[in-house]
Amino acid sequence: MTTPALWVSDLWVTYGTTRAVAGVSFTVAAGQITALVGPNGAGKTSTVEVCTGLRCATSGKVELFGGPPRKLAGRTRIGVMLQIGGLYPTARPLEWLTYLAKLYPDPADPSTLLSNLGIDPKTSVTTRRLSGGEQQRVKLAAALLPKPELLFLDEPTAGLDPAARLDLLGALRRLGAEGTGIILTTHALGDVEEIADDVLVLVGGHLVASGPVVDLIGAGGSTSFRATAGLELGALAGALGSGYQVQENRPGNYLITGPTTPQLLADITNWCAAAGVQATEIRAGGRTLEDIVVEATRNEIAASEIAEAADS
Amino acid sequence: MSTSWARARAHTGWELRLLLRNGEQLLLVFIIPIVLVLALGRTTFVPGGVDAAIPKVLTISILAGCFTSLAIATGFERRSGALRFLATTPLTRANLLTGKAFATAIVTLLSVLVVSLLGIALGWRPAGTWPVAIGIAFLGCLTFAAWGLFLAGTLRAEAVLAVANGVFLALILFGGIIIDPTQLPDALGTVIAFLPSAALAQGLTQALDPNPTDAAQLLKSVLVLTTWAVTGALLARRFFRWE
Repeated sequence: MTTPALWVSDLWVTYGTTRAVAGVSFTVAAGQITALVGPNGAGKTSTVEVCTGLRCATSGKVELFGGPPRKLAGRTRIGVMLQIGGLYPTARPLEWLTYLAKLYPDPADPSTLLSNLGIDPKTSVTTRRLSGGEQQRVKLAAALLPKPELLFLDEPTAGLDPAARLDLLGALRRLGAEGTGIILTTHALGDVEEIADDVLVLVGGHLVASGPVVDLIGAGGSTSFRATAGLELGALAGALGSGYQVQENRPGNYLITGPTTPQLLADITNWCAAAGVQATEIRAGGRTLEDIVVEATRNEIAASEIAEAADS
Repeated sequence: MSTSWARARAHTGWELRLLLRNGEQLLLVFIIPIVLVLALGRTTFVPGGVDAAIPKVLTISILAGCFTSLAIATGFERRSGALRFLATTPLTRANLLTGKAFATAIVTLLSVLVVSLLGIALGWRPAGTWPVAIGIAFLGCLTFAAWGLFLAGTLRAEAVLAVANGVFLALILFGGIIIDPTQLPDALGTVIAFLPSAALAQGLTQALDPNPTDAAQLLKSVLVLTTWAVTGALLARRFFRWE
């Protein structure tokens, strides 16, 4: 059996009395793009910090290429892009990467890497004077420099313009195809749907959903559309007939649970036409990741409130 | 390049590169000591002229390089997240500290060299027991580096900047460097003599004196510096935070 790039078993991280991660387990194989998603405070950063050796687990086991994450052997095989910081403000991009290249056994060429990411290697501008998007690209270059077998990316598309974002997603897809494992931590759930193979949904430190993206968003037999907020749900449900439940899971986003059929789509559009409602983004046979995360967050909050009520 | 020594050497070069082109750091480590040599060596502000001034300015060079400059640079590395990122690379904590130690030592040595050459140009004739002077200077470096890292690893970067500069000025003016503790009122002089700055200045003065008169003072300097060095190292080890 091949050793996974990353193996996490029953990981717990606590800060004093605050529980950040509660019993999370997952694996990442070579060439697999795994997205770690969830609301703020879900435990994503703590999980990644343990996996990259920045923090010790309170309990549980994490293996990076079959060894502890803090071991040097693992650190030569990973690339990390932090969301906040990670650059020397007074350094120029090329000199920073040239220095970092001396730390790795077989680094990529810093000039080529910067050029490929749209940064002029000859620039004399220090990183603190670069734009937010340019700083992101220098950080990405630093993460790619070791030719990593496993890449940890925290909000890699933040601050990028649309064209640069598409370029980056394309580059990540290529890296995945070439065998680089990628752990992507992000709130940009559209990006996850576009490039991730697997998704892990963390809420309140718990892993509340996981699996292949296509399975997760295809599961549940649901259809959604967007329209003006506050539609009469009872009237819509009545028009769809029995076997369907309608909810407005976010303002203006309507989720219809039940079998997706051609008749259902016709009934939705007919009802909208009759009610003078302009429906957009009709999505048949699945939910968005955003639906899944929002629903999981609400369920977790409800469960916490019930537990607190029971305790008191 | 990927052996432990190669990584430490790469980090030494990196630290030196950033340090030597940072205007504030150059001001601290080179310009201020040069100005002080000229000011103290060519005036009668310090009794004893240039011979008495050089050990004092050497103390200031060590204080500037190993304490103030190191603390400020490390504090801002923490704030920028650079240290946090480096912790995910093959650069180990030992590599990082070795690199910092060598870079700090090289810069301080350069500063000491500049001060000494300028002193010689002004008529200072180095004498005394050089191995003892080098030993005391090394102990002073360790002491101030430990306290610099303790400061940098515990406070916010802005606070490090303010405290490191404040302590630097306070020790120069009131820490037994410019004004000899023996010239102060008894109680105050006794307290100040136990500061690391006073101990280093006194120790270097005795070690570089062609006719040392007070061997007990030399021993006292070594003991005081050692106590401060051990305390600073223990505190830095216990409380230093990398992010």
